[in-house]
Amino acid sequence: MDGLDAIAALLVATIRAATPLALAAIGELVTEKSGVLNLGVEGMMLVGAVAAFATAVATGNLPLAILAAMVASMLVAFLFGVMTLSLMSNQVATGLALTIFGIGLSAFVGKDFIGIPITSLKPLDIPGLSDLPLIGPVLFGQDPLVYASVALTVAVGWFLHRTRAGLVIRAVGENHTAAHAIGYPVIAIRYLCVLFGGAMSGLAGAYLSLAYTPMWVENMTAGRGWIALALVVFATWKPGRALLGAYLFGGVTIVQLHAQGLGVEISSHILSMLPYLATILVLVLISRDETKIRLNAPACLGKIFRPDF
Amino acid sequence: MRNPAGILTRRALTATVAAGVGLATLASSALVSPARAADDPLKVGFIYVGPVGDFGWSYQHDQGRQAIEAEFGDAVETTYVESVPEGADAERVLNQLAAGGHDLIFATSFGFMNSTIKTARKFPDVMFEHATGYKRADNVATYAARFYEGRYVIGIIAGMMTETNTIGYIASVPIPEVVRGINAFTQGLRSVNPEANVKVIWVNSWYDPGKEREAAETLFAQGADVLTQHTDSPAPVQVAEEKGIYAFGQASDMSQFGPNAHLTAIVDDWHGYYIDRTRAVMDGTWESTDTWGGLDSGMVAISDYNPILPPEVVDAAEDARKAIEAGELHPLAGPLMDQVGQVVVAEGEVPDDAALLSMDWFVQGVLGQVPK
Repeated sequence: MDGLDAIAALLVATIRAATPLALAAIGELVTEKSGVLNLGVEGMMLVGAVAAFATAVATGNLPLAILAAMVASMLVAFLFGVMTLSLMSNQVATGLALTIFGIGLSAFVGKDFIGIPITSLKPLDIPGLSDLPLIGPVLFGQDPLVYASVALTVAVGWFLHRTRAGLVIRAVGENHTAAHAIGYPVIAIRYLCVLFGGAMSGLAGAYLSLAYTPMWVENMTAGRGWIALALVVFATWKPGRALLGAYLFGGVTIVQLHAQGLGVEISSHILSMLPYLATILVLVLISRDETKIRLNAPACLGKIFRPDF
Repeated sequence: MRNPAGILTRRALTATVAAGVGLATLASSALVSPARAADDPLKVGFIYVGPVGDFGWSYQHDQGRQAIEAEFGDAVETTYVESVPEGADAERVLNQLAAGGHDLIFATSFGFMNSTIKTARKFPDVMFEHATGYKRADNVATYAARFYEGRYVIGIIAGMMTETNTIGYIASVPIPEVVRGINAFTQGLRSVNPEANVKVIWVNSWYDPGKEREAAETLFAQGADVLTQHTDSPAPVQVAEEKGIYAFGQASDMSQFGPNAHLTAIVDDWHGYYIDRTRAVMDGTWESTDTWGGLDSGMVAISDYNPILPPEVVDAAEDARKAIEAGELHPLAGPLMDQVGQVVVAEGEVPDDAALLSMDWFVQGVLGQVPK
């Protein structure tokens, strides 16, 4: 295998490993921008993964399976919304409960789907383009959800910072009392953002069970939901940075596997630690400048809103 | 065998990080399987480190539990608790099972060892069985299987099937159990193909389908044309199928994930042991023992051979299997050389169980290091 192919393999693997992280992180980012902290990402991803897989087994229709994943995760997110927004329960506790619920529910639903093979989501194959050295496999040889993750990142970045609706969402996240006072429906807006977060987690789950490792096994997210949550902070609530952060996290994982295979004498424990070390480092760096993090962190994050009528 | 003390897997870490999850996992995972009883059935409890649906380690233990139910019917009542984090939670679950009137409790992961010993002290009338540990008591027996015997056999198959002479080995965490498996595999491999090497990649997790997949892809990119694994998910078998190379199943038969790639699997078969031990409690003949069963005991089995294997390969594998079962062949018999070619176990010598249980070095033919 020549050098160019090796680099291409490394890049393709990095993007693949990063995609579920990016999808879930972008969804959570919007949820948090509206002032709601949903720690249930891991649970919602699992529900999405099992819904996608079950639909794929039953119908063989992959677009439908992806849709099913989004709907299923949105339902779970809606439950979270009812608890925290309408019934005003504590967001942290409810989010944790949601993760545990998602793990249990997906395992229960998935019991009959263990060990069943499906046709997976295939990468694009554009004659000519996909065969180009290096850029072929990296740019034109990925599966549709990879492109979706990039497109959605750009769309969310534009929406949050260039549209009036995005401004309203940010206003709700910064100061819900003020937003309420000038007449914005705070609770309704937060519901929508929570549902969007659910849909994105569903996509991330669908990516895992349809494309990344096309199978259903219990707890197959293996902690990726938690990494996505960390990514949102890592990215200081900016979509572009969340995507780059996901590539960084994915890249370190992949590079350490390749390094081991090439016999590089670095402890694999240290290499496995690197992504988390990087998160801590970035957290330290950005929090050195207090205003910097305060500008980006939604001021009302995790706070319960009680409108007084 | 699962998580030895001091090695924190990602799953364990996640459980810790998600504060409070531990306690709630307990609540959510306390799935009690009902098996209705006639008069006074024997109650048998199981705790698993992973989900029963992992299609690997915990799945096979649960198969053993179901075998007990099938064997004794109404005379037993079994309970299992899955996904129990190793540590304080395990002790609480064990206490709960013991206090709940269970007569025999199987703790099926290495990391449950201290919790099992502590709980056993509090409940002297309850019999405990701890998998892969080394601490025993009057009411605590230990059991494990010599999986390395199976690994020697699949090593032979790999040695005869490889064309690139590079075998990819996806390893979990660096404990003697895993190192011993890699060495036995390599000895089997080199017994038929002295040119072949084993490339090892550690994923530092027992179970992470995504990471296992990436490790498999990496090994393929670096020239491996046969993969084997000491991790629990079927993801590497899937990669092998996709790339048109070969792989072996781990813990259970994984052929449906790669009908062409899956050559055979080393299967953990706890049926016989679990039934025997349950019967011993019923008869009142149970005592604390230390069992380390190999191919001859049936605890380790080689699953069906893929029909694409040439007959001479199957014959070679079967010969080795029979020789090991008959005690004529020891997978790690000397001469054993370390990676730089120094003789560690001389010709004609066989390492004793103590040496096997503490193995922390690679034999010649393994590329990669044991993480320190």
